[in-house]
This record gives sequence, C-alpha cells and structure tokens, in this order.
Amino acid sequence: MKYVDEYRDHAVAQKLVAEIKRAVTRPWVIMEVCGGQTHSIVKYGLDYLLPKEVELVHGPGCPVCVTPLDMIDRAHSIARQAGVIFCSFGDMLRVPGSQGDLFQVKAEGGDVRIVYSPLDCLRIAKANPDKKVVFFAIGFETTAPANAMAVWQARAQNIRNFSVLVSHVMVPPSLTGILQSPFNRVQAFLGPGHVCAVMGYREYEPISSRYKVPIVITGFEPLDLLEGTLMAVRQLEQGRAEIENQYARAVERIGNEPAQKMIFRVFSIADRAWRGIGIIPKSGYKLSYEFRDFDAERIFEVANIQSKEPEVCISGQVLRGLKKPPDCPAFGTQCTPQTPLGATMVSAEGACAAYYNYGRHMVAVESLQARA
Amino acid sequence: MGKIDYGGITRDACLEYVADASLGDYVMVHVGFAISKVDEQEAARTYQYLAEMDQLTEIETPEPRISGEEPKT
Repeated sequence: MKYVDEYRDHAVAQKLVAEIKRAVTRPWVIMEVCGGQTHSIVKYGLDYLLPKEVELVHGPGCPVCVTPLDMIDRAHSIARQAGVIFCSFGDMLRVPGSQGDLFQVKAEGGDVRIVYSPLDCLRIAKANPDKKVVFFAIGFETTAPANAMAVWQARAQNIRNFSVLVSHVMVPPSLTGILQSPFNRVQAFLGPGHVCAVMGYREYEPISSRYKVPIVITGFEPLDLLEGTLMAVRQLEQGRAEIENQYARAVERIGNEPAQKMIFRVFSIADRAWRGIGIIPKSGYKLSYEFRDFDAERIFEVANIQSKEPEVCISGQVLRGLKKPPDCPAFGTQCTPQTPLGATMVSAEGACAAYYNYGRHMVAVESLQARA
Repeated sequence: MGKIDYGGITRDACLEYVADASLGDYVMVHVGFAISKVDEQEAARTYQYLAEMDQLTEIETPEPRISGEEPKT
C-alpha cells in the first residue's frame, strides 16, 4: 500500500540504525507514547536493532489498557441489563472486569456487539427502536472526534435510544504525570502521531520547554520510528529539548480544527482515573451538560460502582515505563492473551500483548540484554 | 461519507473532518473517520531524505579514524 510499504524499506532502516549508532555517545531512555508504536517496535524488532545505549520504554497510549476497572465493571453492569444492546470496539471484550469479561456477559445472554465505528451504533439504534443501544466510548483524542460525532448525530437525528458510556483520556496530562514522578526514567518522548493528527502539537510545546524534554511527533511504520528515535537521540546528545515533527506527512502544528471543534462541542474536560496510574486531574473528557440525555452513566445509574484492582498485575508500572513485560513473573505463564490478568495483555496495543504475540516470552531475558 | 480503498479493500469512511479531500487523495482513517489528509509532497520529501541520508552524512561527518590505524605513508 502506498505511503506504507516504502516506510518499511529494509535498506533505509539499516541506514537509520547506522546514523543512530553514529549519533549516540551515552545511555538514553526514550518512551514511545502510543500503543500502536509499541506494537510496531516489537513486531519489527526495532529495539533489537538499536545500539545498547538507546533504551525504548513503552508508554501509556493504549486506550483499552488505561480504561479503569470501575468503568469496565460499569460497562458490564449495563451490558447485563435486559433490553440493552451493548456496543464496543472488539479489543474491549476480553478485558477482565471484577467478574469476567464482555464475552462472558454475551455467553450469559447479554446482547454485546462489536462495532468498527461509533456510527455503526446509530444504525443499530435505528433498527432496534425498542432497545437501548449503549456504546462504550473509550480512547484518546484520536477516537474522540468519531465518538463526539456519533453523539452529535444522535441528537441531530433525534435517536433517543442511544447513549454512550464515556471514558475518554488525553495524552498531554499523562506525559506530565510521568515526568513529575520521582521514579521517572524517561528523557525523551516519541510523541503520538495520530493523536497529534487530530490535536496538533501546540499543547506539547510547554511540556517540552518546562521539563526540558525532547518530544518528536512520530509515525507508526518502522522507518518513522527509527527516524523519530534518531531525532530524539540527536536532541539529547546536543542538549536540545524541542518539539520536532517526524510525521509531517500527516500532522500539522494546528492539527485538525474541525475535529477539535466537534470534540469540544460534545465533551468537556474532566478529571479521569487511569488504570494502573490513578486519577490525573483534567486528563480526559466527559459529556457536556447539554448532552446529558446521552450519558449512559446517568441513564443506567452506574456511576457509583467502585472496584478494587487485583494486586498481581504490574501493568500500571509497564504503562509508566517503569517496568517491561518480562519483569512480571506472570508474563507468558499465568498471564497470556487467552488468560489475561491485566489490560496490557489484552489489547493489541498493549505492551504485554505485543511482547507475547511476537514470541518474546520464548526469548531468554539475557539474550535481550545482550542485544546489538 | 466516502469510499476508501485500503490497498484493495474498500470501505466507507466519514469525511466530515477532511472537507478538502477529493477523489484520489490519501487519507488516514481511524474508527471509520478520516482524521488527516496525507500530504503527498511531504511524504515523498521525507522518504527521499531518508533514502539519501547516508550520502549526505558521509559528506557532513566523515567516519572518524582512530589515529593508531592511520595508514603509514
């Protein structure tokens, strides 16, 4: 496919790796923010190609992974109710709640459906006027314009049997949270290309200058990630801390203004809990008051459901770049994509699932450390 | 809504957020919504830069020679 295949060119990748080796003189820790980037890095083994001085740690940008257990339990509670059609993106179905997952709810007779786009839910709602259709609206800024449009269209078309369970989060507050942590190891970020396609990167500029941290907005193909890494390493080596845009073919500084407008027509900024991280102030979206009739939390009275996290899973530390999947004793043994203990093993964008799916549970830890 | 060809597979996507997209343009689609138009010139420029990178850097920064290995003349 055009604009995809050429960014996987082996020979160019080797050149980029050589450039990184030439640029680096001492150890650096770089975090790729997005789960999609983590997936590419592990799939193509890019971390194996890098010199040992450059360590990539995996960030919080996996929407399914950071959706808190409370919200998952609220979703299950709604999905179990009679007369409800509960719609979700596919990777949310296997995420364990306090009592099973959405597949189990479905097996017990719940009408749980996988949708490709939130607009599919409007079609389902129109076809089932006697049912309440609820969409689990999770995700980062990339997904927010789509979910906002679904709510906007529901009101415009007067579809009253549609509502959304909103658990939307934003990237910049999570980066600030990581940088403020006393345990932080991250010295530079590969910024989230698709989030920035929507939001632009103006809001990353104060983070970069305040915390003196390079942020390189980066794409998702192997060459994008290697070039982003090279740009970050060069900044670190030269003592610069700037915003750079590796992904200029898709990202502009101002982002997609019509999409931003739609987000803020429908949503307003709210405090949000992040699974494994905790509450981050002003870190997500909730439905604006004007759209309260579409708020599933209000309609189904589930806002008071509170849940307690199981202690075994280290996904919170993985999401903050403090640990890697093989650091967990359950990784690849007790915890696999078929029997996940935590969300990072469920979503295709989760670091644990990426490590498992590309066979890293079969690789000895020593050989990983002895790479390159 | 518009039809998007994903290297052979065709699917509808909402084009509301890329109002200037027209037939033949490349767009990035996320959960059924085009969120960005791919800048073809920028894409070509970036790839060209990457493909030619080693030629440039060899001129800018020649490989440092370790003095002990200096060819004797």
